Amino acid sequence: MTKKMEKMMEIKDLHAKIGEKEILKGINLDLFKGKVHAIMGPNGAGKSTLSKAIVGHPDVEITEGKIIYKGKDITHMEPEERALEGIFMAFQHPVEIPGVNNAYFLRTALNAKRKHLGLPPLNAAEFLRLLKEKIKELGMREEMIHRSLNEGFSGGEKKLNEILQMEILEPDFVILDEIDSGLDIDALKKVSEAINKMRTDDRTFMIITHYRKILDYIQPDYVHVLKDGKVLKTGGIEIVDALEKEGYKIFGEE
Amino acid sequence: MGMDKVDKLINSEYDLGFEIDIEEEKAPPGLSEETIKFISRKKNEPQWMLDLRLKAYHAWLKMEEPHWAKVTYPPIDYQAISYWAAPKKALESLDEVDPEILKAYEKLGIPLEEQKALAGVAVDAVLDSVSVKTTFVEELAKLGIIFCSISEAIRDYPDLIKKYMFSVVPMTDNFFAALNSAVFSDGTFVYIPKGVKCPMELSTYFRINAQNTGQFERTLIIADEGSYVSYNEGCSAPSRDENQLHAAVVELIAHKDAHINYSTIQNWYPGDIEGRGGIYNFVTKRGLCEGENSKITWTQVETGSLITWKYPSCILKGDNSVGEFYSVAITRLAQQADTGTKMIHIGKNTKSVIISKGISAQKGQNTYRGLVKIHESAEGAKNYSECDSLLIGDRCGAHTFPYLESKCAGAQVEHEATTSKISEEQLFYLRQRGISEEDAVSMIVHGFCKDVLSKLPMEFAVEAKALLDLTLEGAVG
Repeated sequence: MTKKMEKMMEIKDLHAKIGEKEILKGINLDLFKGKVHAIMGPNGAGKSTLSKAIVGHPDVEITEGKIIYKGKDITHMEPEERALEGIFMAFQHPVEIPGVNNAYFLRTALNAKRKHLGLPPLNAAEFLRLLKEKIKELGMREEMIHRSLNEGFSGGEKKLNEILQMEILEPDFVILDEIDSGLDIDALKKVSEAINKMRTDDRTFMIITHYRKILDYIQPDYVHVLKDGKVLKTGGIEIVDALEKEGYKIFGEE
Repeated sequence: MGMDKVDKLINSEYDLGFEIDIEEEKAPPGLSEETIKFISRKKNEPQWMLDLRLKAYHAWLKMEEPHWAKVTYPPIDYQAISYWAAPKKALESLDEVDPEILKAYEKLGIPLEEQKALAGVAVDAVLDSVSVKTTFVEELAKLGIIFCSISEAIRDYPDLIKKYMFSVVPMTDNFFAALNSAVFSDGTFVYIPKGVKCPMELSTYFRINAQNTGQFERTLIIADEGSYVSYNEGCSAPSRDENQLHAAVVELIAHKDAHINYSTIQNWYPGDIEGRGGIYNFVTKRGLCEGENSKITWTQVETGSLITWKYPSCILKGDNSVGEFYSVAITRLAQQADTGTKMIHIGKNTKSVIISKGISAQKGQNTYRGLVKIHESAEGAKNYSECDSLLIGDRCGAHTFPYLESKCAGAQVEHEATTSKISEEQLFYLRQRGISEEDAVSMIVHGFCKDVLSKLPMEFAVEAKALLDLTLEGAVG
């Protein structure tokens, strides 16, 4: 590699609890610009808590350690500020918000970001043009943008809607929290394609998954295995092969 | 009323041996026959109106303040309230309006002249019991539409008043309606002749101004056969320390094929977090769908007042008539609202729709109370009710009391109710997309109220949305 690897995010000795329970017990992780990092691990390993800690979810209390993003300490930053700085999470279970029009919500979010970047807001017509282009690419039904946010969407539609938001907001750091769960193979292909299209030298992906399948479509540069609130193993796709064969116990002794 | 009785009433004035000076700008506190005569005289009312007022007053004396609503407040001293206040001087034109008053209107976002020019809205501004200015009346008059203050209507259209006033809300209907009937200060009168579609939104802005003065508005709207009118009522009051009593009466009559849209934005002073200074709002609003295929729609956005007691109702007398009630009520601070509707089905194939959205924050208590009553005669009647409550924080409360009385076996009644909390997950989802917490709450609340806000006339909806945001500021957390 000729170009020096640039860190997008550094997680340093991160300890965090949800309620009284300590879940992250000293996570150390470097996430690089332009790379795709897969996070795997058994249930309860702390994968979701880690992603929640990164986006500033109020349930997570960070007791020790730091999250450095683009060289800035964001450990205790408000969630909306992190979002405006380019951190995006595709939720595992996107929440339904009745009566809030999907397109209206997206435009509000985009214009909040544009304002943060010192850009003028997009008007309704400009935005609709952009939105229609994106939903066409994603193969979404147009009526979905006029519905209430996630309300009555199927599991697959909700996930596609997360991807749509990612495409509109063009974040620098993307967390995909079990984006593959509940998707059939066609939907998974569609979602993976969209993600691959978003891969650039400047954007970092963190893919949380239980399954190998999505990693066949989106080739990760790194695979990290989490267990019991710590990073147990970091490597390449070969780790996944070992996991597939032996399960998590093979790392148990390290 | 016989002449001898009238004579007696006139004479009784002298028996009392005291008279409030007609030059007074404000009646001294207290309620007596004398006060009522003073009000009536101030308004140059005919004797028959005074007689009706006195009749209401005597009925009221025998009535008791109702306490079945889920609201609590200290006892009201009816003798401590002043029942009449006039602006400093009578005004002929907009130019003569006190600049201070105009400034207040502007602060409320309702500059009269702009409305006149931009929105094409005719405005009958009621300020402290006396109509300050009526605009567009000439244009409306060309269509035969009467749009004036109730005081003027009493003088100029006595036949219409005698026929319709108290016909929907009898003077003894309830304690507060009786009080209003005795002392009503002013209000709006609208008459739409047969077949006329009123070409503009009619608006009236009420505003409490003089300190310690009860406001007793009285509104009467008559839509004759085949006519249509949309009426917007918006209220706002500046803050003050004493509790203020507001007991309005609104009567609507829709004849055959007529449609009345009545929209309200209410943001009277809600008081502080302890409830100090808030307004008591005891309102009787009722519409009569008199003729076949008539329709009355009540839409309200209630954000103000410390105590709200209000049930805009429809009596569906004409066959195929329709009654609708769309409501958003927000209680925050120490506000208590007991509001809802009554849909009385009498005619055949009558339909009613009730959509109520209650939002509670801080210490706010929000009660929906609704009655759907279906008479034996109301074959084929249908009702759909939906009552949703949204809670913000955990010190507030929401309560739902839907009553159903059906004497008609074939009637269809459907009721849905939900109570939800703005969830952390909803808030977080929006914040993760870069939307501030305040905007996120606003977005969720607007979404929750959407079905009702969409029923408001456009300009009014814009105002209502702005008011929702203003109301929610600082109400979260």
